[in-house]
Order: sequence, then structure tokens, then C-alpha cells
Amino acid sequence: MTLWDTAPWLIWSIVLPLSAGILTFLFRRAAPWIGIITTLGSAVSVAALAGQVTHAGPLRYSVGGWGVPLGVDLRADGLSVLMLGMSAVIAVAVSVYASRYFSDSDATDKHTAQAHQRAYFWPLWMFLLAGLNGLFLAADIFHLYVTLELLGFAAVSLAALAGKRAAVAAAMRYLLVSLSGSLFFLFGVAILYAAYATVDLTALAGKVQPGPLAWSALALMAAGLLIKGAVFPLHFWLPPAHANAPTPVSALLSALVVKASFYILLRLWFELFSTVVTPAAASFLGLLGAGAILWGSAQALNQTRLKLLVAYSTVAQLGYLMLVFPLAQHVGSALTAWSACIYFVLAHACAKTAMFLAVGNIAHAAGHDRIAELDGITQALPLSVAAFALAGISLIGLPPSGGFIAKWMLLQAAISSGEWGWATLILAGSLLAAAYVMRVLWHAFTQVAVARPLHRVPRTMEWSALALSLLAVLLGLMAARPVELLRSGAPVSIHAPGQT
Amino acid sequence: MTLEPYLLYALAGVGLFAIGLEALIARAHLLRKILALNVMGTGVFLFLIAIAYRSEPLADPVPQAMVLTGIVVSVCATGLALALAHRVQTTTGRMELPENDEFDA
Amino acid sequence: MNAPDGITDDTHLTWLRLMISLLVLVLTGALGWAVCSLPANSTGLTVSALAQLPNSGVLNPVTAAVLNYRGYDTLLEIAVLLLAVIGVWSVAKEEPSAALEPVSPVLFSFVRIVIPLMILIAGYLLWIGSFAPGGAFQGGAVLAGALVLLRLSNVEHASWPSEVWLRFGLVLGLSVFIVVAVGVMAGGGKLLEYPRAHAGILILLIESAALISIALTLAALFVGGRALGDEDSSSESENGVRPQ
Repeated sequence: MTLWDTAPWLIWSIVLPLSAGILTFLFRRAAPWIGIITTLGSAVSVAALAGQVTHAGPLRYSVGGWGVPLGVDLRADGLSVLMLGMSAVIAVAVSVYASRYFSDSDATDKHTAQAHQRAYFWPLWMFLLAGLNGLFLAADIFHLYVTLELLGFAAVSLAALAGKRAAVAAAMRYLLVSLSGSLFFLFGVAILYAAYATVDLTALAGKVQPGPLAWSALALMAAGLLIKGAVFPLHFWLPPAHANAPTPVSALLSALVVKASFYILLRLWFELFSTVVTPAAASFLGLLGAGAILWGSAQALNQTRLKLLVAYSTVAQLGYLMLVFPLAQHVGSALTAWSACIYFVLAHACAKTAMFLAVGNIAHAAGHDRIAELDGITQALPLSVAAFALAGISLIGLPPSGGFIAKWMLLQAAISSGEWGWATLILAGSLLAAAYVMRVLWHAFTQVAVARPLHRVPRTMEWSALALSLLAVLLGLMAARPVELLRSGAPVSIHAPGQT
Repeated sequence: MTLEPYLLYALAGVGLFAIGLEALIARAHLLRKILALNVMGTGVFLFLIAIAYRSEPLADPVPQAMVLTGIVVSVCATGLALALAHRVQTTTGRMELPENDEFDA
Repeated sequence: MNAPDGITDDTHLTWLRLMISLLVLVLTGALGWAVCSLPANSTGLTVSALAQLPNSGVLNPVTAAVLNYRGYDTLLEIAVLLLAVIGVWSVAKEEPSAALEPVSPVLFSFVRIVIPLMILIAGYLLWIGSFAPGGAFQGGAVLAGALVLLRLSNVEHASWPSEVWLRFGLVLGLSVFIVVAVGVMAGGGKLLEYPRAHAGILILLIESAALISIALTLAALFVGGRALGDEDSSSESENGVRPQ
């Protein structure tokens, strides 16, 4: 066993961004370089960790050497590794984009970039990454609370970075929502500790019994996570916050931050509360998802501004994730539904980031983001519009794309368990997504005889958007490996009796 | 039902959480919302200390450590919230969240 | 601007508010009922915490839990402290203090006596944390109180250290914590696995660094915004922030 195999890679993926947060705060001029190098280093750690997990199975790491229940444990399994990998890839792409975005003299959606935006983006982003990685690796529910707060504060400050009136108000709303969600979550943690004297996920999973205590804890924690994850009808804070943030921040918020709360909900539902959850509760969550898909898509269709359209699209796509709960109730299709859901998270992250970055390029070039006035943009920014189109293909769920694989698996799960209602919903959602994506492309592809004066968009920004959209498509072609990793990490409650 | 000593405080914690929640939703003024969040947080911390109180011979140190962490996080949250609220006031002139979200392009 | 801080009368008793209050009441009742079914005599983790106390390097079980057993939580919590300051600085600019008059003699005498006492108490709280309730956070809060008192009383010679020193002071706690946490891995240990013989001294080291950072962080949060001169990042500004 070489040093590479035995090194604690999971620690580095948290410690590197934390240290980078400190360094970018101290050394403002070198910040973009420190940021990019850190995201690359973090990606390397995650890749090494993935290797470790594939060879040796899920790992547990007892920080401080104490072990459960006194100490805090970290855990890396198939699901955490995939989430980490997703954030690592998005992190690199967005960091590269941001290094050009904040240094371009008038890159910030028509307002002049202030030096302090550039200076403060990097430390905030590094702490966000540290919080994300810490969250995906945590096996302790109180520690999840701390990482949620770290994540939340960084996200809110980043959302307010643009400094405009709408951005500040949206960030304030986001902060209030985030804090209340965390407090609900913390209360659930407190109840679980009070009842079972431990806060470790695995230890609790063995001890939790159905009863008023477990139900209250589940209700509180789910409520907190649903509001932090912008699940309909608690999604009201998301569109203004994501749309008014600077472009790289919007991408990070939609692709990564909202997924973190969903990830915790998944862990809680399938591992901790697996004996407590009822089909009624699962259907309730599914209905919320249905509401999100229909309402979010309808709102997206109605928007006149690109960034708001993309933000409402996030609300809609998050609805698909909720479908895993009702679909996993049926033993035969549970594994498919679970894999579909995670794959959806991965594909959506790439596609949504690509879409926001492309939209940011368009808004920067045209000086505005009104959909109706996008004529001729394709001639000026073919790469960005191509990125938007490819990302759109994944969001709609057309082959070949990651989104197609995910929706296909969801449909399989729905049909094989006889849930025609959910199947119809999935198809309806795809149609609506097609409608709002096509609407944008219709305007974008309109040719104009005389080109309007447009700002120059740096090539790096265009290429990072395109690269991510290509990745979203590529996820459709190389689905075998990730799905394999998923199946090995699926929680016990998902597997049918007799399956591995 | 006998009212154990710790239970009184635990229920008080639940009550504070509820009072804070109601004020958070119902009040429009930002300072009141921030105070409401503080009250909610205090409720949770009181609950944690109350359950620590149950154990003999010494109060359970782990929930106490959790409350210490929670208090620090809560102070940071309040600091950030106040700075943002002040910014909202200087940009919109009112200490409330705007009704309809303007979207400046 | 209309009213002093735009306080509006938001106490109208509408249908919606009544519904919300009712809903919260019902949910609280359910939660209260659930809480009543908690086991009344659970000792939680007290037994293991006390059993491991000789290995933890300190004598106070709460300090052991904060800095040793659950030290990883504390590491991220100190990161949250730093993040909060960065967030506040990114959002807001400092407001110059309203009062411009020099400090009154009575206040000045009071401050002159109390500030050194507060610093002493902060150090004492830090030290006593190993044996009794106390520690870095408690001491840091008292020290922050001293800094806030200085700022509020407009004492003429009291000002922030220069911007660069202030930044270093703010990151000191987290930096030392990370260095120690990773450093103890050098001998093949896990993150934050203090060698038993040196646990006490390492904890004291971390707490001392954290004390300074916590105090500066809380005071910076009170001030509420970044230094007035900090607009341009191209020059490492040396502007001190003087209470006007």
C-alpha cells in the first residue's frame, strides 16, 4: 500500500479549502490563483478518495481518535464521493470563470466591478467549498448543523455581493430562511440526542424507533431542510436570490448549495429514519415535488428575464428530486429510483452551471438579459448559445445527456411500480422544460442584418460554460461507472431482500 | 404525569422556539425578525441544557459543548443579519423586505 | 426617511396572522407532548466523557468536549466566526461614530480602571477553562466587551491595529487550530488526535490563539463594516480605523 492509498484524502478535501479561505483573505492580489489551485487540489483529493472507496468500500474516519459516540466521525461512501466529485468539477469550472469574470472591467452584468467584489468573492467561495465538502463527508448530525451554517453564511454573503438593492434584499430574505431552517434542523438534532444519547448517523439508525419523538425529530429536520432546499411551496426565496447574484455565484447556488440540503434529507430519510417513514409522508413529499415541477416550469415560461427564467427552472428541477421518496417505497424499483435521483443531481449540477454561465455571458455581452431582445446573440456568442442549448437538452431530458439517463431511470422506476401518475408528471415536466428552453433559443437564433454593439466576452468565460454543458451531455454517454458506484453505496433500506 | 425539574425547562425551550417562530413569520420589521431568530435559538439551547440536566452525577458535557458552539454560531448569524439589514435600509430606505422583488438588470 | 428607522406598525390582527398563530400553537402542542415522552433519567454521554477525562488533557469535562472530543466541531465553528467577519465586511462599510466629542473625565477614569481588569479577567477565564467552567470563548467574549467599551467611549488613542495586523489577528485562531490539527497527524495519528502527554498544552495553545481571534471578531462584528479606507485592493491599505 503506497502513501497515495493510505493517506487521509478526505481530510485534505476539507482542510485545503479552509486554509485557502484564510490565505485568500490575507493575500488579496493572489486570491484568484490561490482559489484555482485549491480547487484543483481538492479535485485531486476527491479523485484519490474515490479510488480508495472503490477498492476498499465505504470508509469511516474518527476525528481525534475518539470514535462514536463521544467523538465526531467522517464517512466516505459511494454517494459522498459522487457528491464531492460533482462539487470538485463544478468548483474548478466556476473558479476559472470567476477569475476572468471579476477582473474584466465591466463584467458584472452591466455594473462596474468594484475591487471589493473581487477581493471578497474568493475567501467567501473557499469557505463555501470547505462547508460543502465537510457536509458531504459528515457522519454526525450535529456536525451537519455546523457545516450547514458555514455553507449558509458563505452563500448569503456571496449572494449579496452584487450590492444592488434587489440583491441585498434577496440576500436578507435568504439569510432569514437559512437561519430558521438551521434552527429547525438543530431542534431535531437535540430531540434525537435527548432520546438516544448519540448524534452519529449510523449509531442512531440502529436505535431509532417509531414514536412521537422520532416523528417530531423527522418533521422538524425535514421542515428545516425543505426550506433550505427551496422545495415548493417554500421556494419563494430562491428566484430573487439566485437571479440577482453575480453570475458565478448564481451557478454555485443553484448547482451545489441547494443540493446539500437535499443530500442531508436523503441520508436522513433512507438511513436514519428508515423504520419511521410512512408511505403517506413519502407521497406528501412527492406531491410537493409535483407542485415544484408544475409551478416552477409555469413561472419559468412567464419570465421576461433570462436569469429569473433559469432560477425558476432550478425550482422546477428540484421537484424531480422529491420524486425519489414515493418511488423508493416500492421494493422492486427502489434502487432504480435512488440511482436516478442521484444521477439527476449530478446532471443538473453540470447543466445548470453551464446554463447560468452561458446566460451570464449573454447578459454581459448584450448589457441586459431581456429574452425578447436577444436577437442576433448567436452570431456574436455562438459558444455560449451552444452551451445554453446543450444544457437545455440535459434539462429537458433528451438523449444523449445525463438528464435523459436520469429521467429514463425515473420513468422506469415509476412504470415498473405501476405509478402512472408520477410517470405522467415526469413527461409533463419535460414538455414544459422544452417549452421554456425553446423560447429562449427561438429568440437567440433570430438573425439580424445589422449587429448591435456588444461588449466583448473573454474566451475563458465562454469555454468554461461550453465545457460544462459538454460534460452534462457526456454524463449521458458514460453512465455505467457512476451508476456502479451508486449501487455500491446505496443504503440498506433501498436494496430488496436478497440483493447485495 | 410528574413534572420532572428538567421537563419544565425543556418545555420552556419548546415554548420559546414557538414564540420566536410566530414572530419571525408574522412581523415585518427586520429587527424584530432578527430578534425572533435569536429567541428561537435560545429556545433550542435551553432545551439542550435542560436535557443535559437530567444526568447524574454531573450534567452531560456534550450538549453543553453543543450549546457553546450554537451560541457562537448564533452571534455570528446575528452580526451578519444586522449588517445586511442595515444595508437593506440604506438601499431601500425601509427596515423591511420589499413586497415585490425588483430585479435590477 | 419617515420614522427614525422606518418602524412600521406591523401588529395588525389579520386572518392570516391568526391562522399562522393557530398552526404554530398546534405544532407546539404536538412537540411539547412528544418532549414529555423523553426518558427522564438518561445519563447521555456523561459516563464516557468522565471516563475519558484523564486522556483528554484537561480537568473540566465541558472543555474536554469542546476542544478534544468534539474539537472538529469547534474547528469549523471558528471558521464560521472568521467567515462572519468576512461576510459583514463584504456587505457593509463601517459607519463613522456619531459622537465627536472627547471622552468625559468620569467615563475616562472608569474606562482606565475597568479595561485592564477586563483583560485580566479574560486571561483568567482562559486559564481556568482547563479546570472549571471557562475557556477561550468565555474569555474572548469578555475581551471583546473591553474592545467595545473602548470604542463606545471614544477614547482618543484607542484605535484598531492597522488593517494588516487586524486581518492577521482575525485569522490567528483558525490558523493555529488547523496547524495543530494537521500537525498531530505527522506521527501517524488522525486529525486532531492530540498525543496524550501534550494534550493539555496543545489545547491551551489553541485556546490562546482563539481568544485573540474571538475577541477581535466579536468587536469587528460590533463595528459592523469594513474599514472606510478599504475600497481598493490594489494597495494593501494601512489605514487604521479610528473611532472618530
